[in-house]
Amino acid sequence: MKAQNSSFDEHEVLHELKHFLPAQAPLKDFVHHNTLHAFQDLKFYAGARHAKKIFGYFVSLQLDEYRALCKSGRIRKDVLERIVSEKKGLEHVDGWMENILSKKYDTSIPPRIGSLRSNWEKQYHIDLDLIVHPFLFRILCSYLDQGISVWSFPVGHKGFLSSLKEIEKDNYTSFFKTERAKKLLLKSKCRIEQLLKILVGDESLYQQYLYDQQFSHQGWSGMVSTIEDQPQTLLNQKEISLHDLVCFELLLEIDALDSQFGEDWLPIGSNLKNRPIELFGEVPETELDEVLSILHDAFEWSYYDQVLAAIQLQKQEKPAAAPGKSFQGIFCIDDRECSFRRYLEKVDPKCETFSMPGFFGVEFFFQPEHGKFYTKLCPVPITPRYLIKETDTKHKLQPEPLFSKLSHSLFQGWLITQTLGFLSALQLVLNIFRPAMMPVMASSSAHMDKASHLTIENKNPDHKENDLQIGFTVEEMAQRVEGTLNSIGLVKDFASIVYVVGHGASSVNNPHYSAYDCGACAGRPGSVNARVLCFMANHPQVRAILGSNGIIIPAGTQFVGALHDTTRDDITYFDEDALSSVNSVIHEKNVSVFAEALDFNAKERSRRLVSINTKLSAKEIHEEVRRRSVSLFEPRPELNHATNAICIIGRRSLSKGLFLDRRAFMNSYDYSIDPEGKYLFNVMRPIAPVLGGINLEYFFSRVDKHKLGAGTKLPYNVMGLIGVANGTDGDLRPGLPSQMIEVHDPVRLLVIVEHFPEVVLGSINQQPATYEFFINEWVRIVAVHPETREFFLFKDGNFLPYKPLPQSIGSVSDITALLESAKTTVTTDIVEATQENLPVYWIN
Amino acid sequence: MTLLLTSLLKFLIFLPLAGFVVSLLIPGKMENAISRVAIFTVGSHLVISLVFLVFWFFNSYPTFETRELILYDTERYKFFISFYLDKITAVYLIVGSFLTFLVTIYCSYYMHRESGYKRFFNTVLFFYVGYNIVIFSGNFETLFIGWEILGITSFLLIGFYRDRFLPVKNALKVFTVFRVADMALILAIWMSHHLWHENITFSKLGDSRAVIEHLQDYPVLGILISLMIVTAAAAKSAQLPFSSWMPRAMEGPTPSSAIFYGSLSVHLGVFLLLRTFPFWEHQTLIVILVFLIGLSTSIIATAISRVQSSVKAQIAYSSVAQIGIIFIEVALGFYDLALIHFAGNAFLRTYQLLVSPSIVSYLIREQFYNFVPRRYIERHATLKKIEYSIYLLSLKEFHLDSCIYVFLWNPIKWFGRKLNFLSGKVGFIFIIVTFFIGVILLYNKQSIPQGIREYLPTIFAFIGLVMVIKSFTERKDIKLSWLLVIMYHIWIASAVSFYENVTMLEIIIYLSGVLVSGIVGYVCLHKLRILEHTIDWNDFQGHVYEHPKLAFVFLLSCLGTMAFPITPSFLGVDLMFTHIETNQVGFALILALSFIVVGLSVVRMYSRVFLGPHIKTYHDIPGRNS
Repeated sequence: MKAQNSSFDEHEVLHELKHFLPAQAPLKDFVHHNTLHAFQDLKFYAGARHAKKIFGYFVSLQLDEYRALCKSGRIRKDVLERIVSEKKGLEHVDGWMENILSKKYDTSIPPRIGSLRSNWEKQYHIDLDLIVHPFLFRILCSYLDQGISVWSFPVGHKGFLSSLKEIEKDNYTSFFKTERAKKLLLKSKCRIEQLLKILVGDESLYQQYLYDQQFSHQGWSGMVSTIEDQPQTLLNQKEISLHDLVCFELLLEIDALDSQFGEDWLPIGSNLKNRPIELFGEVPETELDEVLSILHDAFEWSYYDQVLAAIQLQKQEKPAAAPGKSFQGIFCIDDRECSFRRYLEKVDPKCETFSMPGFFGVEFFFQPEHGKFYTKLCPVPITPRYLIKETDTKHKLQPEPLFSKLSHSLFQGWLITQTLGFLSALQLVLNIFRPAMMPVMASSSAHMDKASHLTIENKNPDHKENDLQIGFTVEEMAQRVEGTLNSIGLVKDFASIVYVVGHGASSVNNPHYSAYDCGACAGRPGSVNARVLCFMANHPQVRAILGSNGIIIPAGTQFVGALHDTTRDDITYFDEDALSSVNSVIHEKNVSVFAEALDFNAKERSRRLVSINTKLSAKEIHEEVRRRSVSLFEPRPELNHATNAICIIGRRSLSKGLFLDRRAFMNSYDYSIDPEGKYLFNVMRPIAPVLGGINLEYFFSRVDKHKLGAGTKLPYNVMGLIGVANGTDGDLRPGLPSQMIEVHDPVRLLVIVEHFPEVVLGSINQQPATYEFFINEWVRIVAVHPETREFFLFKDGNFLPYKPLPQSIGSVSDITALLESAKTTVTTDIVEATQENLPVYWIN
Repeated sequence: MTLLLTSLLKFLIFLPLAGFVVSLLIPGKMENAISRVAIFTVGSHLVISLVFLVFWFFNSYPTFETRELILYDTERYKFFISFYLDKITAVYLIVGSFLTFLVTIYCSYYMHRESGYKRFFNTVLFFYVGYNIVIFSGNFETLFIGWEILGITSFLLIGFYRDRFLPVKNALKVFTVFRVADMALILAIWMSHHLWHENITFSKLGDSRAVIEHLQDYPVLGILISLMIVTAAAAKSAQLPFSSWMPRAMEGPTPSSAIFYGSLSVHLGVFLLLRTFPFWEHQTLIVILVFLIGLSTSIIATAISRVQSSVKAQIAYSSVAQIGIIFIEVALGFYDLALIHFAGNAFLRTYQLLVSPSIVSYLIREQFYNFVPRRYIERHATLKKIEYSIYLLSLKEFHLDSCIYVFLWNPIKWFGRKLNFLSGKVGFIFIIVTFFIGVILLYNKQSIPQGIREYLPTIFAFIGLVMVIKSFTERKDIKLSWLLVIMYHIWIASAVSFYENVTMLEIIIYLSGVLVSGIVGYVCLHKLRILEHTIDWNDFQGHVYEHPKLAFVFLLSCLGTMAFPITPSFLGVDLMFTHIETNQVGFALILALSFIVVGLSVVRMYSRVFLGPHIKTYHDIPGRNS
């Protein structure tokens, strides 16, 4: 946070401003990130407090809600008291408990943002936003449009402001109602400072005015700022900058004022009754802030503590009988896979499962056959140097005649309405009574044709396209396979088939479809990555190199790629015909294991998908779940990462005996083969930005559904294929729709790492950007001593011992019965919604 | 057989109403019960419609009408509810029933857990009641009841997300346009009373010989009536110059936008034209007018639709353009084609809107495989200039939106500003003083010279108009604003009392509803004042967040004071109009105008006080831009 100084530096102010704007990319590249990333240099509660009082965001639940949670028992009294005594001292517990539970506070938040520009309305009685915004948004949207409009912006290759200039210059009509703004655009250099002088007058207020202005439509400003920084995120690239947006908006404001008052009105700065509060001035912590943070801590620890106690106190499993594994599976770290793994292990106790980020350690761009662009398939911060191409596809794109743009033209529209119009009636009936796959839906299988070939191996490093090497050389492959296997601890006892299972999602009527796919694959399904890793691991030369490095994969072992559709709970296997005859037989057996596990998984999920009766058989429910994924009228095809809360990094024995209700990300890691934490460093690298990002986006979308979340998705109107707005006049809505977060408990991610505290510390404190998440407590982290299972909580740079409170953990032998009897919430009120989350159980 | 058909027909009208009433009684938490009632109502309505239409068809589809309820019957004037069925009704019935049924099922899943689940289904069913009354109506009076219901339910559905600013603002905007249509219709009703000297039924309108005979005697009146009908139809069907309300109506949940603004509601203008076609088909001027409206709308709306970069606005304008063509078809007398076109357009736009969120994944994929970068070629300067101009004009919707603002709001606001001196205490004094003067004049009406007495009703009505306009533009004291509305009704009643043949009963019918509602509304405001200490209503207050019940009662009293067909006052308004003679155009215009403004004023009051973003910031509230 910077102190304001009085002289205005346009470049610096815009740069700072961009930092605070929402950083969400266009819909097709939707990837989760910390919504309040701009405040991450502060401790969590301090950052949240600043965001709250400066921008008026809601950053926690409401005081009344916390108190109701105390009453309902969801916030445990013992936890609360412990936190109060730790923070305030034992002797002050009673007083503070009184404050926390019953003292009256004024909980309203008058934000600082907007206070300067609100004077237009107060002093000038003009609603500038109402006049300027709808038109501004329409022009922005038309300029950036990726393909909705039939007649696209006439000038699109010159930058935003220059394009506007050109259109304005050759025109019988005008963007403006009055002369001055027109002249300023055409005849002057149109510098921001010059325009601000007309509007604001007082230079010391310029910065604040720009913040006020841009935050009155943070959705569009954020989108412009993101596209400015990553123009490649639009397939039809458009040059735009926040500077151009600000300029044009200032011009429109001048125009609106001129048309109301003529040209002689006083700038807002010289007409102030009193100066607005400095935007980034100090934000002192009040008693209420402390009460809220104590309550929130208690809310989180009431759950965390239970998880830790369950891990610590569970019966130590005997080391698994070594050989004779039926198969092994590598899954994504994703919280949606945790129950799938549990069911596989239940259906076939001899199988073994692992998990890791779903790009499986292979990073590349992918080009589908006939595709005009490349798609990045690895975590967003990585920029790959490789390209994998798809060839020999069989499927073709299916057109949807009812979406044809011809229906928007006059005469063809006339024909279409009277012909296809009646077809659409039929289609509608079918969609409602017998939902089925349709061309308009987003399907995980459309990402890559199952029958296609991929160019994975590179025999000549000069074989390049646009500076990207086509495929990987043998050494590069071996390096990646070795890294991957070491990081998850799969270095010996290979089963005859190792499945590598990526995941993706299928949905219809869902503009946020890319948020449902694999975050580690930049919001795409993980099918290509799974296939690529398998190809590498099956490559004889790669195996030879691995063998010489100590990882001996038996010749009979084969890797098989697969894709798990998390919405439909279907699985697709790739390259099955490459299996040896022995393995084919084994595979067939495994396929039925997977199928059964997926039925159960669908059943477990169904308890939160209210339109399905959880008491039906697993098979019936699975059919329902599939139907749901193709239903136009289903706003919740799946619940994605909702309820995520913890991340367990360690051996499966740490979590195998626990029922975690699909709330845990899991990353396999074996401390014993990595005593110095060499691989742990790589494992920990994406945890905070990727999983922390997911978690915090859910968190803030949940606590402020309107300003940080995207509100209900039911009225969404798709704008230019890049964002959604409510209705036709509104601002873009960044964040998550309320249907995604309504059952989410806003708790920070608790990362539990199985290793010695000093090793864990060494693995997180080397990269400042990720360390910030931990040191400032936007993500909490606990180290589990691998031998004693003692906990060490990370606080202010040190791992300090933590002892769970005494409590009883239930055990359950029949999960199905547990699920069938679980409560489903009717409302989305937090007290009721959180009851849907089941406590941690030991599985017998 | 006819007996069977008639009783089925009654059932078709009664059923939605029954469903609506039942749905009101179910507690809001019982989602399943609510949606089941809605689905059952609309579903059985569809089944009965089908059965009915099959019988009807095999009986060589007769046109028939029933006269249901005679609400008021004197020698001078008869007010009755009448129903009517012919081919037009049949097509509208089947399309409406079919689409509403599908969308109801759709919504029972789609709306799950949405706060306002019950409110949504209540409103949809009420809308459906209105729709059926309109399409089955046998005379203008009956049609008007349905028409009013559609207006208010549209307001409620567009403003469904009542805690946000834009839905509420746009709901008000659309309501304003609909109100213009209402006024046109009222004037049409009034004039046709005088043209026919009776409560004319649509079946009689179909008798072209009688129509031609009557029109020969009153050619101007005939044209004026038709003009009013065309205005009402154009406003309802988003034709020029009213088109810009259509995209702005897309604020509710997608399926409700799809069915109401994509398909049913927006085609009711066409219905009105078809229904009254026999009346104006011989008036060449009107035929040409309808043709031109259709033509210009279809061209301009197509241009606007082509530049839209948001999917719903694009569909909205395409639909408007097609309705323009339907207007042309009607003007040219292609009855059947218009009906087919209506059905096709309704189905297609409903479907397109329902699938509209999918357009992202679909078009992005298409772009990924088929993208060809656009080449910008240098062109002849004038051509370029024309292209840029049309593009920019289309982007600005040919100024249609500001047009409405300039022609509708600004004059009223200007007038209102002139009345600023009536604020505060002066306002109350004005109310009291004028009231006593009025009473004295009324009491001594026999002793007032005939020359003056003749003008008194108009003057009284004008005072009433001043009051509602003041009420509409008042920004400080909400109670004053409300009192002015009540006083307006008293003035209108007094104005009409000057006529000899007005009976006490008629006055009582007129005043009963508005006065009771007025008092209830006043109590609501008073109670809110006590709870909140102050009611600042310069901007939206969103008090519904804390006081939903109070808001509901106040909404009802608003409906009552605007003579919505839930109180006898609705009939009263009609009775008042019948006393105005054709030579008192001024009085009629004032009455019609003030009738619109009353509606706007009370709905605005309700919106400002109870809807919009909540002023209290202890919970998360939406920004003004959502």
